[in-house]
Amino acid sequence: MIRGGTIPSPIAADSRIVEFSSRQFADVIVAVPVGRVDHHSAGELEAALSPLVAEASRSRGVLVLDFAGIEYISSVGLRVLMIAAKQLRASDAKIAVANLQPIVGEIFAISRFDRVLGVFPTVRGAIERFSASALEAFDAARAPTGQ
Amino acid sequence: MRRIRFWGTRGSLPVALTAADVRQKIVAVLRGASGRTFASNADAERYIDGLAFAAAGTYGGASACVEIETGGPEYVICDLGSGARAFGQAALARHGPASPQTYHIFMSHVHWDHIMGLPFFTPAWIAGNRIHIYGSHPWLESALRRQQDEPSFPVDFSFLHADIKFVHLEPDQPHAAAGMTVTTMLQRHAGDSYGYRFEANGKSVVYTTDSEHKLDDPLETESYVAFFRSADLVIFDAMYSLADAISIRADWGHSSNVVGVELCQMAGARHLCLFHHEPANSDQAIDAVLADTRRLEEITRTGEPLAITAAYDGMEIEL
Repeated sequence: MIRGGTIPSPIAADSRIVEFSSRQFADVIVAVPVGRVDHHSAGELEAALSPLVAEASRSRGVLVLDFAGIEYISSVGLRVLMIAAKQLRASDAKIAVANLQPIVGEIFAISRFDRVLGVFPTVRGAIERFSASALEAFDAARAPTGQ
Repeated sequence: MRRIRFWGTRGSLPVALTAADVRQKIVAVLRGASGRTFASNADAERYIDGLAFAAAGTYGGASACVEIETGGPEYVICDLGSGARAFGQAALARHGPASPQTYHIFMSHVHWDHIMGLPFFTPAWIAGNRIHIYGSHPWLESALRRQQDEPSFPVDFSFLHADIKFVHLEPDQPHAAAGMTVTTMLQRHAGDSYGYRFEANGKSVVYTTDSEHKLDDPLETESYVAFFRSADLVIFDAMYSLADAISIRADWGHSSNVVGVELCQMAGARHLCLFHHEPANSDQAIDAVLADTRRLEEITRTGEPLAITAAYDGMEIEL
């Protein structure tokens, strides 16, 4: 029996990626997962990222993960990011992570993932680092539409 | 079980502080003491006690050897790394060479850093001592004999005059040994390694070194969680950062502090002790890993707090 009774089982289905969306800006794909990436839900993140990794690899583009909605990521979730990074780099494509919540930022630092993945304060900053055309498209998409 | 005493905590290869390392520590300590006066040794020791561990101490450099003080008259250790030399000398100093003792030695595996202490474990050379060497590898005895074959060592294993017996432990089966219940578990490591769970008098200690966690199999994770379940102490291979362990050092057979925290949290263990330190890590680097690991535990805690320490040669943990 788990001491204290409040620690979730690693296989318990009590957490998941609750949302996942993506947008393309020129040669940059911005993926926006939302939720908690732990031993249970890491597979969902992997499945959701898979077609985007394939597309970015095919186009030798950039995959930017907007982590503003990720409240926690475990070692298994970080492994998913590492696998994606290896696949992308093998195809001369790139990966970056942006908008980390403070706790997730600390997890990245403690696990030293901030040394192997590009980590940016903002999605715009990540896009700016890799692609002028994508930055133009990103800024145009965010620009006020008038009225 | 009463306490754990670490005689060797370094992974892969013994290391030692250099003259430059010691000098650097002295300079930092002297600068920190600038303007202070110490009327007695006790005053000086109080000042030292206020410093970071790496500033005035060292994690040490002997390879794996961990003593379990059971409360009984017989000695129990895990692994025969270079730390076994100091352990043997301490046992002889306590009893004298003419007082035969019994030693129970549990082997995680037979890689060099875990067996190199045997030829320098003085009790093994003294007739009358009884040494039981336990393990789950079928080649345990042959590996220990082979390291003393010519031309690797000048004195053959057969010259060890203690009464040495080898005891095979079937994995996943509880065995009675040295007054404890002992269970081994196969771990992912080149040539295999085995983790140990020791239980006695309501206490449980897990010794899990040289064990890589691939993180891709939930059932494998569950099996480790079950092995660690509610342990009073988990001595864990935290040699690499998580990023290194699953990238440039994948398949090197070692784990990370991050995985140690997660497994212990899931298992409801009470105390995680980081062990098998990377030989390239300085004392300051290990201090930083310890601080990071404590912070990770703090920000991810969902139940009872998990105590976290980093093993150093000479450290004792009361159970």
